[in-house]
Amino acid sequence: MTVTEDRPTREVGSARRRKEDARLITGRTRWTDNITLPGMLHLAMVRSPFARAKVASIDIAAAKSAPGVLAVITGKDIAEEQGATLPCAWPITEDQKAPNHPAMAIDRVNFAGEIVACVVARSAAEARDAMELVDVEYDEETPVLDMATAAEGGELTHTDLGTNVSATWVFDSAEAGAGTNVDDEISKAGQDGVVIERTYRQQRLIPAFMEPRSTVVDPTGEQTTMWSATQVPHILKLMAALTCGISESKLRVIAPDVGGGFGGKLQVTPEEIITLVVARRLGKPCKYTETRSESLMVAHHGRDQIQKLTLSATKDGTVTGLKVDLLADMGAYLGLVTPGIPILGAFMYNSIYKFAAYRFTCRNIFTNKNWTDAYRGAGRPEATYAIERMMDELAVEIGVDPLEIRERNWIKHEEFPFATVAGLEYDSGNYEAATSKARELFDYDALRAEQKQRRDAGDKVQLGIGVSTFTEMCGLAPSRVLGALNYAAGGWEHASVRMLPSGKVEVVTGSSAHGQGHETAWSQIVADRLGVPFDDIEILHGDTQTSPRGLDTYGSRSLTVGGMAVIAAADKVIEKAKPIAAHMLEANVDDLEFKDGAFTVKGTESSKGIGEIAFAVFSAHDLPDGIEPSLDADATYDPANFSFPHGTHLCAVEVDTETGEVVVRNYTCVDDIGNVVNPLIVEGQVHGGLVQGIAQALFEEAVYDDAGTLVTGSFVDYLVPSAADLPSFTTDRTETPATGNALGVKGVGEAGAIASTPAVVNAVVDAVRHFGINDIEMPCSPHRVWTALQHASSGDATPTGNPTVDDAALPSHNATTSEGSTDEGGAS
Amino acid sequence: MVRINVNVDGVGYSDDVEPRTLLVQYLREQVGKTGTVVGCDTSNCGACTVHVDGSSVKSCTMLAVQADGHEVTTIEGLATNGELHPMQQAFHEQHALQCGYCTPGMIMQSISLLKENPSPDETEVREGLEGNLCRCTGYQNIVKAVLAASKAGA
Repeated sequence: MTVTEDRPTREVGSARRRKEDARLITGRTRWTDNITLPGMLHLAMVRSPFARAKVASIDIAAAKSAPGVLAVITGKDIAEEQGATLPCAWPITEDQKAPNHPAMAIDRVNFAGEIVACVVARSAAEARDAMELVDVEYDEETPVLDMATAAEGGELTHTDLGTNVSATWVFDSAEAGAGTNVDDEISKAGQDGVVIERTYRQQRLIPAFMEPRSTVVDPTGEQTTMWSATQVPHILKLMAALTCGISESKLRVIAPDVGGGFGGKLQVTPEEIITLVVARRLGKPCKYTETRSESLMVAHHGRDQIQKLTLSATKDGTVTGLKVDLLADMGAYLGLVTPGIPILGAFMYNSIYKFAAYRFTCRNIFTNKNWTDAYRGAGRPEATYAIERMMDELAVEIGVDPLEIRERNWIKHEEFPFATVAGLEYDSGNYEAATSKARELFDYDALRAEQKQRRDAGDKVQLGIGVSTFTEMCGLAPSRVLGALNYAAGGWEHASVRMLPSGKVEVVTGSSAHGQGHETAWSQIVADRLGVPFDDIEILHGDTQTSPRGLDTYGSRSLTVGGMAVIAAADKVIEKAKPIAAHMLEANVDDLEFKDGAFTVKGTESSKGIGEIAFAVFSAHDLPDGIEPSLDADATYDPANFSFPHGTHLCAVEVDTETGEVVVRNYTCVDDIGNVVNPLIVEGQVHGGLVQGIAQALFEEAVYDDAGTLVTGSFVDYLVPSAADLPSFTTDRTETPATGNALGVKGVGEAGAIASTPAVVNAVVDAVRHFGINDIEMPCSPHRVWTALQHASSGDATPTGNPTVDDAALPSHNATTSEGSTDEGGAS
Repeated sequence: MVRINVNVDGVGYSDDVEPRTLLVQYLREQVGKTGTVVGCDTSNCGACTVHVDGSSVKSCTMLAVQADGHEVTTIEGLATNGELHPMQQAFHEQHALQCGYCTPGMIMQSISLLKENPSPDETEVREGLEGNLCRCTGYQNIVKAVLAASKAGA
């Protein structure tokens, strides 16, 4: 055979329309809740309405005799089978305090929504009807709800722990040998430079994936099969087995089509464990699907931090030191990676800037709220928000443009690789190029001119311009680094490539897509590598039986880690095929070259396609002596470093000074995520990330009342933005390849969400700064903006009390956690 | 139980339903139209949008008994003879979906939108889709898809 002229063009880099779409746009989908099995029973969960209470008694009699009910199960009934506690895989310190977290509460509840019993019935409706009949008596206790108060002692969330502080984690650049002493830098700047102190609030958010979580467990047969709407089928399999004392080999977990996650489905949930335990106990398939209200109430939340920041700089605006004191609200329990979320931000506060010194201290605090855990960006959006807000404050203090202050301090493109003050090595980047492109696309100078004109004219609608020049660490994660951070698992990923006799290719990946488009992107990669047509490649994922090894999808890791495993497996296939091709071509191995899907004897027309070789291997009639009759190959890839996407995001908002309404007028971003496999998918990821970040800035907040009840428990109250709330974005890219992986790719899943929040809030503050406002707490709702403007015009620096007016007037102490503050105090 | 006769995606069904059964539950659990999904409890998200007699309806806001004698079209009934509806094609071409969970409802609403206003501008598209939430795409490519479908005369 000769190589045909119509060989596949290069797939990587092309805007392939997605393979996944065919089933998703026609309704031929396999969501977990679509699965129905013969004799399947349905679970409904009885949840505590109280945030902190002893469970005095549970009367199940009425529920048990309700129509269709097979069983009513309490925590005491399954205390042994459910195990002592749900897993937390990331104890960040040796002395971390953690309460036991049984899937179903046994004698006390620690947040509103915790499960105290479940009803098992023949239909979902019957289960829910009977759920209302379970009579639980609670002895209510005073809930601990304010993390700042909780951090200082007083009422305890968990009495037996003796403290509300789960752990204190510190990174100090001087101790780590990555920089100088931060206190020295701050004290020096106090003498002859600039010191700025601020306190920012990262409000509590809800991931709010569109598909509510659902779990189906089939205990019949030798292995128990669990389908679940999860991002992490492999982790779930291991953790569920360990938690319930089931042999790992007796459990199979399948993540079928999964409708979004954003970190929210990176969890081992009480509902999954309860469904598993109940199905095994009753010997019948069981299903539990949450309602949206349950999802908002008990699926883990994100963010919820108080960030106290001190930045020092020289008089000309060169940054010298950064001190971060963080309080992070864990909620009532430590979920799968809860304690590590703020720590993922620890390495990013210094961002793209050349600080000499840095210290990060985080205290993880328990309160009687739903637990927090990963949400898109996980620690890095919080860090980026803090530093990008602070850089704007520094620009104001020095009296230069916010882009200028950044340029004075960022790492120049010729300075890579760059060892940061937080102990990371950034491999590559070009902040100048991205910023220059963004500036041009945005028409920065024209907008600044318009802003000045409107400000001078005293327009009722003011224009604000916000900047965010972010970077992030993604591609989680080098296993050694995770080990050093005390994380329980590694950060590798696994793949295998199976060559079928027909010449088709099955690629098994440990990555577990839930909207990312892996089936398309992985096919593009393998098509180029093996020279087979895009459509001949099938991507298999999300089933621990077909994909036995994997660490799943989160932390923008799929392409940079999982994709590299796919490449390594494909390369092994080529290596295995080579001696067989040589045998078939009667040539020397060293005389062969592999290109466009075929081995060719150098300098001749003689060649064998990979598909032909696959069939020859299948028949195995004439293979060289000692050759295994298989081309299939496995590979496990462990990255040596993170990758560091970056970008420049520019936002223009219009703020109505009479109503406080904020309208995003223009949003332009230029991201550098290295080389790109599929620009269409990349652009989509950026769009979605931007909106989640903008939503944090302007719309979303999980709000609890004084009793610890979530009052944003439906989409009526939790404001996921609609199409009508948003503009179209201008997105573009620069491409500075990552140096650490075969494709030069970085990662894009979280970039938009990390970068956009500070760009928007910087723009809002910029629009009203001339009224003396330097902060508006997120979300910058019309009410909050209006309130800040009212207080500014009345000269009241501190509308909601903390800090006091006197504090605000002190040099270097105009921090606030309230709805607005003025900056007449300035910095010293 | 109440007997209802409903035409779903061109097929007549005669079923007994509990009077409290929502149309979306009937479609998913009795007719097997699992392409239509449930995303919330409060009629905010629009994931369950179908057409009843040609108009878009959030099928969680309607009882199955109210569909008695009516024609329901779901996402599964849009393609004819293996040929995608132009709106499905536009969603694919413009990369207007990621996880795909909101997609059935979004497509059904988009078709309805163009039926009412065949040549909307961007603002009209955004406002016309206000009742359908998407968490993945940021809506930009959904808006592009609807505008493209409008241009193609869908």
